[in-house]
Formats: sequence, C-alpha cells, structure tokens
Amino acid sequence: MADTNAKQVLFGPIFSNNPIALQILGICSALAVTTSLNVTIVMCISVIAVTAFSNLAVSLVRTQIPNSIRIIVQMTIIASLVIVVDQVLKAYAYEISKQLSVFVGLIITNCIVMGRAEGFAMKNGPALSFLDGIGNGLGYSVMLLFIAFFRELLGAGSLFGVTLLPTVNEGGWYIPNGLLLLPPSAFFIIGLAIWGLRAWKPEQVEEPDYKLSRHKAKEAF
Amino acid sequence: MSNAKETVSRTLIVALALCIVCSVVVSTAAVMLKPAQVTNQNLDIKSNILAAAGMLEAGATPAEIEAQFQRFEVRLVDLDTGEYVDASAVGFDDAMKYDMYRAASDPAQATVLGSEDPAGIKRRPNVAKIFMLIENGELQRVVLPVHGYGLWSTLYGFVSLEGDANTIEGLGFYAHAETPGLGGEVDNPRWKQQWIGKTVYGTEFTQPEIRLVKGGVDPNDPNKEHKVDALSGATLTSRGVENLLNYWMGESGYATFLQKLRQGEV
Repeated sequence: MADTNAKQVLFGPIFSNNPIALQILGICSALAVTTSLNVTIVMCISVIAVTAFSNLAVSLVRTQIPNSIRIIVQMTIIASLVIVVDQVLKAYAYEISKQLSVFVGLIITNCIVMGRAEGFAMKNGPALSFLDGIGNGLGYSVMLLFIAFFRELLGAGSLFGVTLLPTVNEGGWYIPNGLLLLPPSAFFIIGLAIWGLRAWKPEQVEEPDYKLSRHKAKEAF
Repeated sequence: MSNAKETVSRTLIVALALCIVCSVVVSTAAVMLKPAQVTNQNLDIKSNILAAAGMLEAGATPAEIEAQFQRFEVRLVDLDTGEYVDASAVGFDDAMKYDMYRAASDPAQATVLGSEDPAGIKRRPNVAKIFMLIENGELQRVVLPVHGYGLWSTLYGFVSLEGDANTIEGLGFYAHAETPGLGGEVDNPRWKQQWIGKTVYGTEFTQPEIRLVKGGVDPNDPNKEHKVDALSGATLTSRGVENLLNYWMGESGYATFLQKLRQGEV
C-alpha cells in the first residue's frame, strides 16, 4: 500500500472525498443534530472519536477476525465505543447529551463508521486506519458545521447560542425562517453544498447512468 | 493461512474474546461514570424547580443550586384527600427519592383516567411530589409538577405559586418536543414572563380559569388576570398548555390540596 500516504488519508475526506457530499453517507444524523452549533460540535467530536477508535481497534485485530463474522465483530466494537461515548457525555456534558438524546446511540448506525471499518481498517495498518477515521470524522464534521451554521443563523438568529440577529419573539427585528429549524431544510443545504463542491471540483460529478442517444429511426413524416 | 482463521473453533474463540473485552470496557465506563451522571440528573431536576420558581440565577454553580434548593421542603401529597403522606407510605425513606412519573405506570399507585383526561396523560399518580418554600413559619412558594400532551409530545414542567396558593409566580417546561420556533416557544423567557402575577382561580376558588387567548390579552377584559397570550402559530401546543394547567389545578389535580393549604388545614 505505497499509494496511501498519511496526509492524503487524513485530509482527503474533507473536500475531495467527503463522506456526506461524495459518498452520501451519514445523512440521517446530519438532518437531526444541526439545529444549533453547540450540539453539532459535540456530535462531531463524538463521531470523530468513534470512527478513529473503531478503525484503530478493527485494524489491530484485522488479521484475527474470521471472515464469516467480520461484520458482527465490527458492529460489536463500534457499539461498545458508542456506549462509552454516550456514558462520558452523560457524565460531563449533561445538557448537550440531553439535546442529542438518541442520536449519540444512533452513531452505531452511521454508515460512515461501518463503511470505514469495513472498507479501510480491514485492509490497512492501525496508524493509517486511525488517521483515516479522524479524516472521515473531520469530513463529516465540516459538512455538519456548514449546515448548522446556516440553520442556526437563519433559523434562530444566533451562532453558538449568541444572538446575532435579534428575533421578533425576543423583541428584535429579525423574522426567523422556521423551516430551517426543521429537518427537511438540511436536505436543501446539503444539496446546495454538493452543487457548490462539484462546481469547484468537477471531477466529483458522477457519470450519468445512461445517455440519450440520437434519434436514428427514420419515420414517415 | 486463511483456513486456520476460518475454523469453527477459531470463530467461537474470537467471538467469545471480543464479547468479554467489549463488555469489560462498557461496564467499566458505566460503573465509573455513574456517580457523575447521578449528580447531573439531580442537579438538573433541582435547577428546573428553581427556574420555575424564578430563583435560578444565570450561570449558577452546582453549589449555589444546591444551597438554594436546600431552602425548599420536599413533601408528598395525596391528590384525592389533599393531605400530606409520609415517604414510607410509598416505600421510600426519603421523599426526594419518590418518582411520581414512575408511579403513574404502577397500577397500585395510579388512577386510570379514561374519558376525563383533558391533559392526555392516561394515568395519574395518586401521590404527587411537591416543593414548598417556608420561611419564618409562613408559606412563601409552592412548586407543583405538571405534565400533559401538547402537539407532538408530553410537556413536563413545574408551576410555582405564591403563598396564597393562587397567584402564579412562574412556570417552565423542562422536557418537550414541540416544533422549534412555534410550540417550542414555550421556553421563550419573554412568553413565560407574562405568567407572573396571573391567578389560577376566581374569587370562589372553584374551577381553575386559566385561558390562553389568541391575539393578545385585551387590557379591558374583566378576566384578564387568568388570561395569557397564546403562542403564535402554535394553537395545539397552547391548547395543550391550557388543558394541562387547568387539569392539574382542578379537582383531579391539586385543587383539594391547595384549598386546604389556603384554609391552613394542612
């Protein structure tokens, strides 16, 4: 594996191979936890920790895992890590863990974690796998923070809970866009972000599945 | 080499070893972090009670919250008779340990409401846990837990009444999942501000008369001391709040107890 150098593994997933924008993984939590930046950051740190350490653990035991049970082994490792993260949040960041509620537990089902364990950590050494986990976690985080920035600013008139645009309900002038506080708005923002990213890096544009061919049959007109 | 990995015994050994390692990791984390989590939960409940009573300073430290909360007396009240009950009657040595929401799901400790259920809670615990602030032998505040259904979720909160057991001193909901920006505005401090000084009962103290009205409260309305502006764009959440407050302040809720409290019988 000479072609995988550390820098590429770490920073590649941020823009050129973003798990959300290019691989379209982990959308569910991107909709759910992006209404405020504080909550989003805690979620991002949790996901980075889980992907990094699950990659590390899977990579360490990769030569020992029998092929027939490899998926369940990965799941068990990931699930254990998620429970540990959830317990730590409940102990040290109780307010935010209440807001994240089930979504910490649902990191288990985040396709990014599973996808990296199966796709990368099973084939690469522990150090590289750890970096790959951090890199993909960062890619996920960049996207989430981008979404949360717009949702919190335009939906609640604040950033990190600090009011920037005083809303009408608080006695200010800004009429907040309620749609941005609801999950569907994240779809619009993700869509626009993917459009922007692919306009900047055209190599990410997928080949169409089929092309319309020219009309060849001569018809009697 | 791959054959050595794929045998049945090898698979079982790997699975077993993995289970042991993972369960040790998980249970260690759970056991070691338990004290911190319990502290957080207790602190959370206490700060909610203080917030409803308007006694929570912004950025209060855990020690300050604890000190403020110490001023309150935790009491258990039988909702049917309106009398205090001892903690031992519900099987605890300390009233603080009693959980009325857990009791609601125990048939022996709850009443099924059937059709008379405006708050949408289905079962009402027979004994409620309330918090009283008594200073110099005089009742200053009484904080009552309330809950009921809004639009999407059950709202859990506290109402704080003044010593006359009628004037609202504050209210707050600590758990709900109403629409952010619409029903979620039940958390808006400016909206909650309106409740201060409103009264629950009329001069006869028969029925609770709380109303949430659309379009603002008319200053010339003779009943304006019972009326609060509804949340804009959240008719069903507002209706839920109105119903749950009237339910809990009514006959089936705290009315009997509050009546006795006013007459000095308890």
